[in-house]
Amino acid sequence: MADQDKKKGKKPTLPPGMAGKKPTRPPGAAGKKPTLPPGARGRTPSMPPGSQGDGAPTLTRADFSSDQDVRWCPGCGDYAILATVQRLMPELNVPRENTVFISGIGCSSRFPYYMETYGMHSIHGRAPTIATGLKASRPELDVWIVTGDGDGLSIGGNHLIHIMRRNLNVQMILFNNQIYGLTKGQYSPTSEAGKVTKSTPFGSIDHPFNPTAVVLGADATFVARTMDRDPKHMKEMFSRSHAHKGTGFVEVYQNCNIFNDGAFFQFTEKDSRPDRTVYIEHDKPLVYAGGSKGLRLEGFTLKSVDLESGSYSASDCLVYDETSRELATIMSRMHWNPELPQPFGVFYREERPTYEDMLHAQVDDVLKRSGTGSLDDLLSGGDTWVVE
Amino acid sequence: MANKTLETLPEATILFAGDSGDGMQLTGSQFTLATAYAMNDLATLPDFPAEIRAPAGTTYGVSGFQLHFGSVDIRTPGDEVDLLVAMNPAALKVNLDRVRLGGTILVNSNAFDQRSLDLAHFDANPLDDTTLDKYHVIQVELTRLTRETLKDSSLNQKEIDRSKNMFALGLALWLYSRPLKPAEKWIARKFAKKQDILDANLELLRKGFYFGETTELFVTRYEVTPATLPPGRYRAIQGVHALAMGLVAAAKRSGLKVFYGSYPITPASDILHALSRFKNHGIMTVQAEDEIAAVGMAIGASFGGCLGITGTSGPGVALKTEAMGLAHITELPLVVINVQRGGPSTGLPTKTEQSDLMQAMYGRNGDAPLPIIAASTPGDCFQAAYEACRMAVKYMTPVILLSDGYLANGSEPWLIPSVDDLPEFDVEFAGKPNAEIEGEPTFHPYKRNAETLARPWARPGTPGLEHRVGGLEKADVTGNVSYDPANHEHMTRIRAEKVARIQKEMAPLDIFGADEGDVLIVGWGSTRGAIEAAVSRVRESGHAVGSIHLRWVNPLPPDLSDIFARYRSFLVPELNNGQLVRMLRAEFLLPFEALNKIQGRPFGPSEIQQHVMGMING
Repeated sequence: MADQDKKKGKKPTLPPGMAGKKPTRPPGAAGKKPTLPPGARGRTPSMPPGSQGDGAPTLTRADFSSDQDVRWCPGCGDYAILATVQRLMPELNVPRENTVFISGIGCSSRFPYYMETYGMHSIHGRAPTIATGLKASRPELDVWIVTGDGDGLSIGGNHLIHIMRRNLNVQMILFNNQIYGLTKGQYSPTSEAGKVTKSTPFGSIDHPFNPTAVVLGADATFVARTMDRDPKHMKEMFSRSHAHKGTGFVEVYQNCNIFNDGAFFQFTEKDSRPDRTVYIEHDKPLVYAGGSKGLRLEGFTLKSVDLESGSYSASDCLVYDETSRELATIMSRMHWNPELPQPFGVFYREERPTYEDMLHAQVDDVLKRSGTGSLDDLLSGGDTWVVE
Repeated sequence: MANKTLETLPEATILFAGDSGDGMQLTGSQFTLATAYAMNDLATLPDFPAEIRAPAGTTYGVSGFQLHFGSVDIRTPGDEVDLLVAMNPAALKVNLDRVRLGGTILVNSNAFDQRSLDLAHFDANPLDDTTLDKYHVIQVELTRLTRETLKDSSLNQKEIDRSKNMFALGLALWLYSRPLKPAEKWIARKFAKKQDILDANLELLRKGFYFGETTELFVTRYEVTPATLPPGRYRAIQGVHALAMGLVAAAKRSGLKVFYGSYPITPASDILHALSRFKNHGIMTVQAEDEIAAVGMAIGASFGGCLGITGTSGPGVALKTEAMGLAHITELPLVVINVQRGGPSTGLPTKTEQSDLMQAMYGRNGDAPLPIIAASTPGDCFQAAYEACRMAVKYMTPVILLSDGYLANGSEPWLIPSVDDLPEFDVEFAGKPNAEIEGEPTFHPYKRNAETLARPWARPGTPGLEHRVGGLEKADVTGNVSYDPANHEHMTRIRAEKVARIQKEMAPLDIFGADEGDVLIVGWGSTRGAIEAAVSRVRESGHAVGSIHLRWVNPLPPDLSDIFARYRSFLVPELNNGQLVRMLRAEFLLPFEALNKIQGRPFGPSEIQQHVMGMING
């Protein structure tokens, strides 16, 4: 079944010779037992200087691994994401007890059980609502939302857009594998049109969602994309989304090796990645393919140019500005285009007051003007009379 | 005044009715305020259409405000109307059958033109034929008098015509010897920044009042002497405000921050409106993007150690049910308020009903019993809300608080409670690990309090208590995900047992009326006033009839069996198609008789009285 899906669901843009390629496991996953994230135990990454400088014991990645067996399929891209997050945690300088992971339902949403932090595995699509209530009422907590393409964009699509416009200071990691994994292989809102799955034996007729465009449309203040096969970049994106004050949205292209194997291989695998991706960086020209190609903005359209023929150099390419909403929109629309690379990196970043800050500023303002309310005064407020 | 007689009444029911744009709700609430000032006991029934401004003159656009007041104990908004103030033919058409024979009908005779008569489907002008022969009709040219009063005003014609309710209010206040002052004060406050409107309203109010005195139309003026209420300080309270203040009281007494997540829905929105003004009372409010988000946010806040509350009406509860199951299995405190309205689906948004009891009892997937507490009068919404919060925290469980449209919008005189008299509301957060694994201190999130079976509440931010909760079944004690069959059965039973233990919190039931005998009436929610008024009337005719009113519908109080053993027959009146009655039959296997009214309106005492008499007389 999975094999058939793979063939029928083949991307039209897949480079020749890719179709039959066996999926490579995420780094470190090969040969390991599925019950543990790779390297979850016994490895202490070196800490950046100055972290935990208050003399508190330095935490390690192992300190963020719960004692629960990890139950994802062997070879799943989720392992790499979990390992990356656990590796990042000690570097963030956030007390472990102040860290909370909230998820919805789906493969990715098992995430909180594997983190030795506070956490809630909630109900389908609703993680942003739980996180909103938690962060709004306890702004000092560091709240992470873990969701997937079905959880976040289908059943929970409404909450996803509303948390973006409210701009709570939380991080959202959206595991996009373009398939429903936990329910065993139905097409998802990000599956390509024509996708043959158990629920679409004649091909999906749904037009797919473009996650970065969706959140930009909802006025997200931080939008980034990364992939499970590039842990270094992934860690940087998570770190930057965490540093951002506001909702930090990171879409992760994540391989589901059981139901949608190779969905992103053209972007994630070594031999095709250089030509098929562009890593966008603030203030730097958009070049890719090892510097042999670049992107120029002609009108509102991006055009790939050859930087080796002598006609153009890197300085002719578009210098990216991650604070430009317009460029972010253009970048998000450079989407599964066979003529153009797929962008990874920070698409957009904007400073905007956070919801919880404004909520508490309003409370403080009322307190300043009216003082702490007295219950007795409230109860006997308005017009009263006395019966003797 | 010399040529008018003053008649003292023990009680009276008046109904203001007009177009939904005529300001009838305002007129009614101002008359209520004046009546509270006059120290009468009272009960109100605002009754308005779901449309904001339905087409003028239509029967479906009629908005009404009924008020029952007296020097005697007033328990309902009244069976029959003594005075109907009808601003147009449609208002007369819709409400005529509520006026007692011989009652008074005051009409705006200017509004009885051909077009308005057609809109109200009157074949002929009822002021000219025999339609109103059995009533005392007073025709007042409200529109003309209003225009004349304001002929020098700077207001335009439309604004002037819209103010005629103030003339009517002034006239009604005179007729029942109510003070002008509360309405004057209110107008001065409301229009402080609009001098011309302020002046116009005040002038009309007084003109209406003096018109009563000078016109030949009235030969009798009424007075209703103060009621004998228990001593203390009183205010007029609407159920929705009492409920909101109950939540504030819970916040104050527990020291918990209250987080209220809600999505606008009739008739629950007023709770959100009220709470959003209470920011300096430890209340946070968020208007969520939908009903599910509202409850999700409340659960998130509760996980964080605040008290999460969400308020809605039946359709909203339907959307929240999955999240309520989550709060049940994660064993977090949560209060879900359902201000019930006519259902199913959108149903009758602005009308009252008690038809969500089954939804509250059984409306979740899996075995997920929740405590259900029901308010019985507008003022009682305060205590019910406080108690709902207290039990949610003490037992670490979601609690459903049932109100309804009648309780929310209705008002009554309220003996202002003393804060110190409220039950203790202590909260204990987990502070340190409660177990050891291989010598290492650890935290077991499902290690329970032996008495209440509540699990510990550990706030994020507490070192050493990091733990995960979630919708998957958890192993008892450790809280780890568990698919173990025996554990699932154990956990299902223990969650049910925890809810059942709330029985221990219940005081013995008060029996109203005869404590043994012919008929016992069993009620819950907003029917209390009508039931007890009916019991009083039936007892006057010498029959042994009593009633009990359930504050907790789940779990049911422990003393029911003993009480049931003392009566020969049982009646369960409900504003639904028979819900509590089915629960009672299933639980006690006794022949409970149902009395159901499903018209979007509360019971009148006489409806219950007649039914009980029928039971007694066989």
